[in-house]
Amino acid sequence: MTDTGSNSAIVLHGRKVVGGVAEGEALVTHDTISGWGGINEREGTVIERRHELRGVSFKDKILVFPGAKGSSGYSAYFHMTRLNGVNPRAMIFVKMTTKAALGAVVTRAPAVTDLDQDPLSVIETGDWVKVDADRGIVEVTKRPASAQAAE
Amino acid sequence: MKLTAAEQAMYDGKEGPAKQKAMDLLMRYGEALGAERLVETNNVAGAFNASTPSVRALVAKGFDAVYSELNLDSADVVPIPKMAVPTCQLITGIDNDNWRIQGIPDELADQQKKAEKHFGALGINMFATCTPYQVGNVPVKGEHCAWMESSAVIYCNSVLGARTNTEGKESTGAAALTGRIPYWGYHIPENRRGTHLVHVDIDVDDIRDWGLLGYWIGEIVQEDVPVLTGNMRQPSLIKLKHFGAAAASSGGVEMYHIPGITPEANTVDDAFGGSKIVETLRFGAAERKLAYANLNCATDRDVDFVMLGCPHNSIDQVALIALLLEGKTLSANTQLWVHTPRALREVAERNGYVKMITDAGGVVMSDTCPAISRYAPKGTRVIATDSAKQAHYLPAILGIPVWFGTVRECVEAALTGKWNGGLQ
Repeated sequence: MTDTGSNSAIVLHGRKVVGGVAEGEALVTHDTISGWGGINEREGTVIERRHELRGVSFKDKILVFPGAKGSSGYSAYFHMTRLNGVNPRAMIFVKMTTKAALGAVVTRAPAVTDLDQDPLSVIETGDWVKVDADRGIVEVTKRPASAQAAE
Repeated sequence: MKLTAAEQAMYDGKEGPAKQKAMDLLMRYGEALGAERLVETNNVAGAFNASTPSVRALVAKGFDAVYSELNLDSADVVPIPKMAVPTCQLITGIDNDNWRIQGIPDELADQQKKAEKHFGALGINMFATCTPYQVGNVPVKGEHCAWMESSAVIYCNSVLGARTNTEGKESTGAAALTGRIPYWGYHIPENRRGTHLVHVDIDVDDIRDWGLLGYWIGEIVQEDVPVLTGNMRQPSLIKLKHFGAAAASSGGVEMYHIPGITPEANTVDDAFGGSKIVETLRFGAAERKLAYANLNCATDRDVDFVMLGCPHNSIDQVALIALLLEGKTLSANTQLWVHTPRALREVAERNGYVKMITDAGGVVMSDTCPAISRYAPKGTRVIATDSAKQAHYLPAILGIPVWFGTVRECVEAALTGKWNGGLQ
């Protein structure tokens, strides 16, 4: 059983994609993300029709997602989110592809993959997540429902 | 990652700062992937333009700054030498002749022309199309490529049997200067085997149905490798061009097999190469209907803009549109843009197709498309297109609802201003 107590962190182990350490609030989606045609690179929002995060911004969030899809403009659009200062603070994803890897590299935010537990079921939007990509460690602190409701 | 002596020399800066930055990016990228080495490539298709509003400040710093940041992920501006290997430009945001009709300011068009002159002289061949395989870049089976453009990547891997991952602006920029790309993914034979078996239970023949089949498959298999078997008729370039573009839009499909048709599998067993079938799927009438419903988000039947040619039209597709329009006039309320590679436009002009389309009131465009340029005719409220890819992306990119149908339905909408399409 996974410990979801509010004081103890859940620890996931994986592999570095891009090094560095960052922490912040998780933004979780179960839908893959398109860069070109899927995000607005000036606002850091998801724009794809029928996407569960449509209209939501990943700026300064720890973005937790299954992986990349769609156009090869994926990396260029995440690259531009960095140039525009609206990039995610870190990335945690499941499926490694060239799009997901290159997108993470040029976003220059800490990124991890190949985790020993499914991040999409362990982490929920609003959880506090610390990513130590150099060591491949993700620490998840579940937020009490009251704290989420207060926002 | 293990580097050869030549690669190490570039990485150490012995071949100049641009190749050093390129190797630095390839190393970071290769390590992110978990690749063990690089592979030599002699065929790069990338995007070396900067026509989006987000990068105007960069353009002001000059073309070396544009390439350094956007094509090498280097904030340091390094002088960019000639491309090391054959390299071509994919689709751009601006039609060099019709930018005013697109609604693009003169200064952006001017900037693109200056960029083309600069990068052209460095050896980037200005095909300016999403379909380099229609205008002379037709890689041979087994050839290692570094291509962008999801619809071209899936064609390159699946139909031609050449080997590429879906590369990005930065990795193709680095590949063009070094002739290297990470040896990972679809460069490795084992990764090209099928994962999902798709039984096509209904007759799939026309272009629209190939698009619906691709759109449905992509959404389910995402970035895996489907193997198609069943009732498809013999496809052609234009049908597989559309099928692949659709599958690479709803999902991230970069490789598929149609045993007996595509070059790496004569049988279903060949296609899986002994690996396990992850899932078996069936495409029937209900699945076709679902894909159609997912692609059609418009409700208003008054159509003010019709877009044909994504991926860029073949000459046969331009010919069909011209014949459907011959001697007719578009609805006063509707505009029609027909997109084809510039090299094929030359042929279309010679054949009289361009005149037939323009006499009817349409515009034949090259170099771009509405999704890439983010421009549709001003005031457009409802779009009709024969492209599953544009129907997928335009509502997100332009915020405009789309009807998806056959080329005949779309031409009829351009002539009458009304959408009368539907699935039989």
